[in-house]
Amino acid sequence: MQVEVDESKCIAAGQCVLSAPEVFDQRDEDGIVVLLAERPGAELHDVVREAAGLCPAAAIRLAELVEG
Amino acid sequence: MADTLADTANEAAAPLPEYPMPRQSGCPFDPPAAMRALPAERPISRARIWDGSTPWLVTGHAEQRILFADPRVSVDEHQPGFPHQSHAMAETLDHRPLTIFNADAPEHTRFRRMLTGPFTLKRVEALRPAIQKITDDRIDAMLAGPKPADLVTALALPVPTVMITELLGVPYKDHEFFQRHGVTAVDRDATPEQSRESSTALVTYLAEAIVAKMADPAEDVLSDLAARVKAGEVTVPDAALMAVVLLIAGHETSANMIALGTLALLQQPEQLALLRDTDDPKVVAAAVEELLRYLTIAHTGQRRIALEDIEVGGEVIRAGDGIILDLPSANRDAEAFPEPQQLDLTRSARHHHAFGFGIHQCVGQLLARVELQIVYGTLYRRIPTLQLATEIEQIEFKHDRLAYGVYELPVTW
Ligand code: SF4
Repeated sequence: MQVEVDESKCIAAGQCVLSAPEVFDQRDEDGIVVLLAERPGAELHDVVREAAGLCPAAAIRLAELVEG
Repeated sequence: MADTLADTANEAAAPLPEYPMPRQSGCPFDPPAAMRALPAERPISRARIWDGSTPWLVTGHAEQRILFADPRVSVDEHQPGFPHQSHAMAETLDHRPLTIFNADAPEHTRFRRMLTGPFTLKRVEALRPAIQKITDDRIDAMLAGPKPADLVTALALPVPTVMITELLGVPYKDHEFFQRHGVTAVDRDATPEQSRESSTALVTYLAEAIVAKMADPAEDVLSDLAARVKAGEVTVPDAALMAVVLLIAGHETSANMIALGTLALLQQPEQLALLRDTDDPKVVAAAVEELLRYLTIAHTGQRRIALEDIEVGGEVIRAGDGIILDLPSANRDAEAFPEPQQLDLTRSARHHHAFGFGIHQCVGQLLARVELQIVYGTLYRRIPTLQLATEIEQIEFKHDRLAYGVYELPVTW
């Protein structure tokens, strides 16, 4: 899984950090999303999908890679 | 036969439902029955509002999600055809400055970024000990004082008010002033003069505080705003107005959730027991999400207008059409939440719309979550015998206010 974030869309709602703190963080000054892991391990895929689904601003994009 | 024909004709010409619909007698936590039926029957329909106009009424969870996220759906209340909340809101349109609430991107983005710093998960988590302390202090005072007690004034209102003073960075000793004017500014019984006086008192106080923080900044919201004033990004009056918005939005909503949630839980002791008997933060966090979903206190409909034609759910919303997104009904949509009328603290409910969705989703939601987790997670453990000191029929609900809740909640133990 490949994760991308779009800082310009992010509204700092923090939903991603609540769901997957291993993968997302927030910038101190304004809460904008910071991506910690572009290719999170398989054990994190569910929470990353949850984060992307809950993000109110559609700032998180996931591309499923063929794992092999 | 004649009757049947007449009925059919009547039905064809049936007047559109009025919005908002009154909640029926019966369960005070449920949205009106006709609204609850809509997500399954007609997730996008039409309704008539106070001015006779007939905006779209969106009740389906999935349909709301799509529209909330669509940049062609605007919050610009100056657009002709905008479905205003009330006559008063329509009339005072020209006096309302552009704020985070009525601005679209990119202006909205600029406003939003000025406010988000203090509401990151890290900063909110750092407030946990302070919130726990004020919760414990208020419960101590309640236990030491006379019973019955009013939970609203004893706990529900003070906790978020004290938190706001910490967050904004104003002296705790002034919290009486905040609470008094914060309540009066939005009080239904206050005269227009009283509420204007209270708003002015708050704006003046906060403007002075911001000016003081320009010389002597700290780690708080007013200092953040002061820095932006210095940088020429915002004027002192506009910054003060933002602070007032945070102050009022912050304490009114959390206070209503605390009191109304407690009343709901007292009606369903087996659900309350789940909170009383746990110290697992995950269980408490999930319970808070379910209470947010079930109660959805923002119950007067999020107002929007279409800037272009939008096809959604088999309908075409035309450019210039008003749109109302009713949050409580979407949170009772069986497609999104199986057995939606059940309060079930163990379900997974984080996709609820209690904070809205899209770029206008509540700025203070992480703080609200932590406040509710601490209060719900503490109150019933510390007072396991908590009970209502009156009949539920005697309780007055805030039907006519932006946030649903109760005016008073007499409790004993
Ligand atoms: S959930 Fe979305 S909007 Fe919120 S902080 Fe994360 S990326 Fe930004």
